[in-house]
Amino acid sequence: MNSKKISRRNLFKVSAIAGGGLMLKLSLPANALEDGATTLVKSSELNFYVQIASDGQITIYAPNPEMGQGIKTTLPMIIAEEMGANWDDVEVVLAPIDPAKFGLQGSGGSMSVTRNFDAMRRMGASAREMLIGAASQLMEVERRDLKAESSQVIHGSGRSMTFGQLASVAAQQPVPVPEQLSFKDPRSYSIIGTSVGSVDNLVIATGLSKFGIDVDVPGMKFASYTRCPRPGGKAISFNRAEIKALPGVVDAFILQPDVRSGKASMAFLEGLAELQGGVAIVGDDTWSVFAAKAKLKVNWDESAASTDQWSKMVTDARAIAAKGGGEVKLVGASVPEALSDSNNRTIEGFYEFPYVAHVCMEPMNCTVDFRKGTAGKPASMEIWLGSQFPNQVKEIAENMLGVKQENVKVHGLRMGGGFGRRAVHDFAAEAMAISHKSGLPVKLTWTRTDDIHNDYFRVGGFENMKGAVNPDGKLAAWDQHYIGFADSGKPVIGSGLRGNELPMVAFDNASVRQSMMPVATACGAWRAPGSNTNAFVEQSFIHELANLAERDHVEFLTELMGSRRWIDEGNISALNTGRAIDVIKLAAEKAGWGRKMPEGTGLGLAFYFCHAAHVAEVAEVSVDADKNYRVKRVTVAVDVGPIINMSGAINQVQGSIVDGLSTMALQEITMQNGRIEQDNFHQYPVMRIASTPEIDVHFIQSDNKPTGLGEPALPPLAPAVTNAIFAATGERIRSMPLSNAGFKLV
Amino acid sequence: MSKYTLSVNGENLEVDVVPDMPLLWVLRDKLKLTGTKFGCGIAQCGSCTVHIDGVAVRSCVLPVSAVSGPVTTIEGLAPGDDLHPLQSAWIEHDVPQCGYCQAGQIMSAAALLSNNSQPSDDDIDQALAGNYCRCGTYVRIRKAVHTAASFYNADKRNG
Repeated sequence: MNSKKISRRNLFKVSAIAGGGLMLKLSLPANALEDGATTLVKSSELNFYVQIASDGQITIYAPNPEMGQGIKTTLPMIIAEEMGANWDDVEVVLAPIDPAKFGLQGSGGSMSVTRNFDAMRRMGASAREMLIGAASQLMEVERRDLKAESSQVIHGSGRSMTFGQLASVAAQQPVPVPEQLSFKDPRSYSIIGTSVGSVDNLVIATGLSKFGIDVDVPGMKFASYTRCPRPGGKAISFNRAEIKALPGVVDAFILQPDVRSGKASMAFLEGLAELQGGVAIVGDDTWSVFAAKAKLKVNWDESAASTDQWSKMVTDARAIAAKGGGEVKLVGASVPEALSDSNNRTIEGFYEFPYVAHVCMEPMNCTVDFRKGTAGKPASMEIWLGSQFPNQVKEIAENMLGVKQENVKVHGLRMGGGFGRRAVHDFAAEAMAISHKSGLPVKLTWTRTDDIHNDYFRVGGFENMKGAVNPDGKLAAWDQHYIGFADSGKPVIGSGLRGNELPMVAFDNASVRQSMMPVATACGAWRAPGSNTNAFVEQSFIHELANLAERDHVEFLTELMGSRRWIDEGNISALNTGRAIDVIKLAAEKAGWGRKMPEGTGLGLAFYFCHAAHVAEVAEVSVDADKNYRVKRVTVAVDVGPIINMSGAINQVQGSIVDGLSTMALQEITMQNGRIEQDNFHQYPVMRIASTPEIDVHFIQSDNKPTGLGEPALPPLAPAVTNAIFAATGERIRSMPLSNAGFKLV
Repeated sequence: MSKYTLSVNGENLEVDVVPDMPLLWVLRDKLKLTGTKFGCGIAQCGSCTVHIDGVAVRSCVLPVSAVSGPVTTIEGLAPGDDLHPLQSAWIEHDVPQCGYCQAGQIMSAAALLSNNSQPSDDDIDQALAGNYCRCGTYVRIRKAVHTAASFYNADKRNG
């Protein structure tokens, strides 16, 4: 079963045959997973990203970590396009971790396409010019009469040479000056904008894909780690003799907290993480160390442990909201006046959103082989993990264990989900410390309970909203008080308002204030940080105001945008009201906005701008008398500029809708005296297939620069659904998850 | 420790493990068949789904001592170098995102198709109700199961 050759060519064959509905045959031997292209024919390197073999196979390195966002397919497509390659000749290989060659090899913030589009075009164009140079030399013709397409360089006369024939001479050509490169006219694209299957689909569908958790290193042992149930506690002693006597257990020991690994700043992601105190168990297999973990009896020092209490946070936030005040972020000209003007209609609402966990399907894990230094040979370390920023773990090794970064080799593997969780490397610090102390290569695997309890959570929070509409049905005042969480005085990631949100940049008479409460529970980036909760509050409250004014929501929302303008011309992080209006109108039109809806059903609209993306969504929802609700259809309109991979882009939008719905409907993390109360999926469910809505996706392929789509389709989903529930029932939902208000997703 | 002989993907294999070790960890750590995934350990997420006698079971809660029939994992779903119709449908519909849950999804769907070669959406929803996809590929999973069913039937007709 291990002889399946993993290549694009096979995929092509698979796809071609699949149409015929036959059982499929894989032809070629050998295996090439992530170790690089295995080919017996001579290969020539045109640049760090591109190799061409004499038989015509083109190997393109995918620089950025893959966590399901499709970047391993997307970036090589851009290179192949500019080269003039035939995609079926391309084999994609995940690049080794080598920032000197491949730059920042990170995946986060939906930035991979935004940041790399031009660089990938240059790599492709550079390879193309070298191939054309080689053809000019070998065919003894002028460069200007040559063009590259379908993996060939073709002369005006019709003569041609294949990339394979040209490869070795092309590799000898001078490297073109980047500034002199020209790029293809987008109208002539044959790869960009098409639907290309993810390059790893075959290995995934056959169970051969290697994730971090699948790593197997010679001599490797297996480890579990148990932290104090209350974060910040440390182990004093445990039933070591009993644990060590259990079958399959090799060793068990306490690790003390170690700040040298690098304190994770909850205000800004830097990949570092303080090693938390706990008990490590090392054994012969995962089950033995999990079973032993369940029998641990630990005496914890909880003197510095978290006392966070979600119920108290809610009470405190309500008191802060009632009191008012807070740090002033924006002051409108006459907000108090408009709110107290008896000619205006006013409304107030207190919104709540909970902490939520990432629950990547692949629990956190890391394999480490620490090798002690000997005379004349420094200590070294080899690390295998799925990480959004794999190179950053080197810093932990150096800080905590004194292994110089140049002596740390990191292997980045495919991630079974990231969503921001795998941007912080606390689990890697644990694996390093365990390998270091035990002197063995170890694979640390977290149980699902570890994975939930030790998460860097999406921060919860509260917003107290007040607004007024004037007798003409126009917005007269917007008053927003954000009540969030801070660590050491700084708002944690995703808490508070960034300043580029719609009300702050586009509304005439808006006041915005912010109050922060302290938190000890670890917080981190969770798919569209900040946006995924702000969208719920702002886009719900705009709907409340539209209803107060007895106005159509689409009309009211587009009116709020004002004139068509880019708030900060040229800045992709700034709202473009014209693009916003276009996606709102497109989503409304495609959803059949304004049609008469049957009893118990409703349409709900929401728009959000983040990650340089303008996205509008309309949810169609039915609700029965027992508050069972079904999201029948979600219509999505997206402007992220030109789409690179249509199939991948639609997949990201579909996934964002399901993720958004799963979270708003079902998920909540609560703290009880510091302890996380949810242990596994029975208490922290993920939406199942039966609740999946139809998802209708439309792209406005504007001529703006292409930007990322891993996150921005998620934030509008929650308010679109709650606005639709309001339309269906008249009940306003101001708190997530909806299960707390008795609404049941079916 | 006890010795068990398991039939896995058509091969008889002997393992020497504690009786309560779940089949999942025997497959992954002892037999190095890592296509079957660990997700929760309490039969909630379905990442660990394998077949025993053709029936989909959650291998994370099934002690090796209780394995009562031949085991099929994702690696052995199709014989030799063939692909199962579901595997080719998964590729055709570009189903996976992160891919971690997909082996379990395919194994649950394969058990469905072997009993019901023309499943409705409701049939699919029921058969796959035990399988989480955190990336949210459910829309494509449904489509791919329908496509695979049509392959399956075409194949049967062609004998």
